Amino acid sequence: MSAVEFTTPSVHNAPIDVSGLVEKVSVRDLDFFYGDHRALKSISVPLYRERVTAFIGPSGCGKSTLLRVLNRMYDLYPNQRAVGHVTLDDEDILSPSQDLNMLRAKVGMVFQKPTPFPMTIYENIAFGIRLYEKLPKAELDDRVHESLQRAALWDEVKDKLGASGLSLSGGQQQRLCIARTVAVKPEVILFDEPCSALDPISTAKIEELISELKDDYTIAIVTHNMQQAARVSDFTAFMYLGELVEFGDTSKIFTAPDDRRTQDYITGRFG
Amino acid sequence: MALYDTRRRRNKIAMGLSLAATLFGLAWLVLILGVLLWEGFSGLSLAVFTQMTPPPGSAGGLLNPIMGSLIMTAIAVAIGTPLGILAGTYMAEYGRYDKLTEVVRFINDILLSAPSIVIGLFIYEVMVAQMGHFSGWAGAVALAVIVVPVVVRTTEDMLILVPDTLREAAASIGLPRSLMIRKIAYRGARAGMVTGVLLAVARVSGETAPLLFTALNNQFWSLNLNAPVASLPVVIYQFALSPYSDWQKLAWTGALIITLAVLALSIIARTLAAQGKSS
Repeated sequence: MSAVEFTTPSVHNAPIDVSGLVEKVSVRDLDFFYGDHRALKSISVPLYRERVTAFIGPSGCGKSTLLRVLNRMYDLYPNQRAVGHVTLDDEDILSPSQDLNMLRAKVGMVFQKPTPFPMTIYENIAFGIRLYEKLPKAELDDRVHESLQRAALWDEVKDKLGASGLSLSGGQQQRLCIARTVAVKPEVILFDEPCSALDPISTAKIEELISELKDDYTIAIVTHNMQQAARVSDFTAFMYLGELVEFGDTSKIFTAPDDRRTQDYITGRFG
Repeated sequence: MALYDTRRRRNKIAMGLSLAATLFGLAWLVLILGVLLWEGFSGLSLAVFTQMTPPPGSAGGLLNPIMGSLIMTAIAVAIGTPLGILAGTYMAEYGRYDKLTEVVRFINDILLSAPSIVIGLFIYEVMVAQMGHFSGWAGAVALAVIVVPVVVRTTEDMLILVPDTLREAAASIGLPRSLMIRKIAYRGARAGMVTGVLLAVARVSGETAPLLFTALNNQFWSLNLNAPVASLPVVIYQFALSPYSDWQKLAWTGALIITLAVLALSIIARTLAAQGKSS
């Protein structure tokens, strides 16, 4: 792997020690349009395997938009389009021939508001597994167990797997959604402000979970909470007005950012 | 303080006027229901449900129109519900942002408020005139034409209420759209969609005009849908206008039966809707 090169000169890129890092997802010169509005302006950023990359920036800066390009979620809506290059393991995911369901099986997503399906806790997990694998009941049970365990939810729900997923608390619902995502065995997990609707204790649990999950996945997280970004991520990207201002080691971004705007944002002068 | 008092007085007057308007409207409803219960209940007997419509002057019941109404309504729902649900699903899920959806919604709204006699005449023209005789099939199809727009509307409305976040969550694990609709969107919208179908049944069970031109009426027991079939609304219409007091009595009873049936359906629909909201 060579050192990361950015094509946009305005981006400060702090020197990253990339030895031993695998670039799982590469975004190059990505523009995004809502109708005529250009919401992302030639973004280039890598996501490294087994690392957590945080995207921070004020509301409307394009963080969530960028995340929604990575699993082509924007395809659900009309008049939204992405222009540029986004590759997952060197495969162009913006190509029109990309099978969206297969892409989304590989790139999972956890949303801002917990979104359990209107079915039982067990079914919430088993549903996704059955899409891709035909397993005997015992194995399916194991997979559900494993996924719930992975999401640190098993102990709380093991006696009520038949209860509705909607009967859980907000924090539990969010972990159920993480379990559901993990159950499909993705390679990349995108977190879109996963804790903004949760209380501090649930937030701590989810953060802990993200740190554990990174051993197996490539993780991107959008957050408004800078402490959270500092706690969970290895790399941080600061975005502002649709541009990627600065990308680098999280410790570097939060202690000695190169760009004035990053400095102002992390010290709370705007945003 | 004067300003405050004036406002209080105005508030009281407005309250009083609203209350009076409500009572005025309600009074007529109570009056109608009261007369219906009074006139209808006295005629209610087992014979009403076991005997055929009588010639004037002899005893009889309403079995053949009750059966005819049930059969034609059932066929209308069987035809109208799948069509309505599929069309509503297209509009809410597949073509939400399409021009076609707007056109269909507009036409559907016109159909929803079209006078039912127009629908009766239309079916008369395309079915009765072609076949050369009145028939139960034509009656059922005319009712189905009334069912479709109601079901389309409620299906679309209920599916649109299913939050987009749930659609995105389904997409995020790679769920194909058809599965998302069947397993998730329908689950969320089920109570509302069933309510829509029940409301459509309530709507068609009282329709007279479309049946006059299509199923006509039949004094005798007949389950042959290729021939004229009796129905409650048409029998009520015929008997109520007749000069014979025993026929008029039966018309009251028939009206009561329809009203009670519609009431029961509305209660079921409301209960289901409430359940759907709470789950």
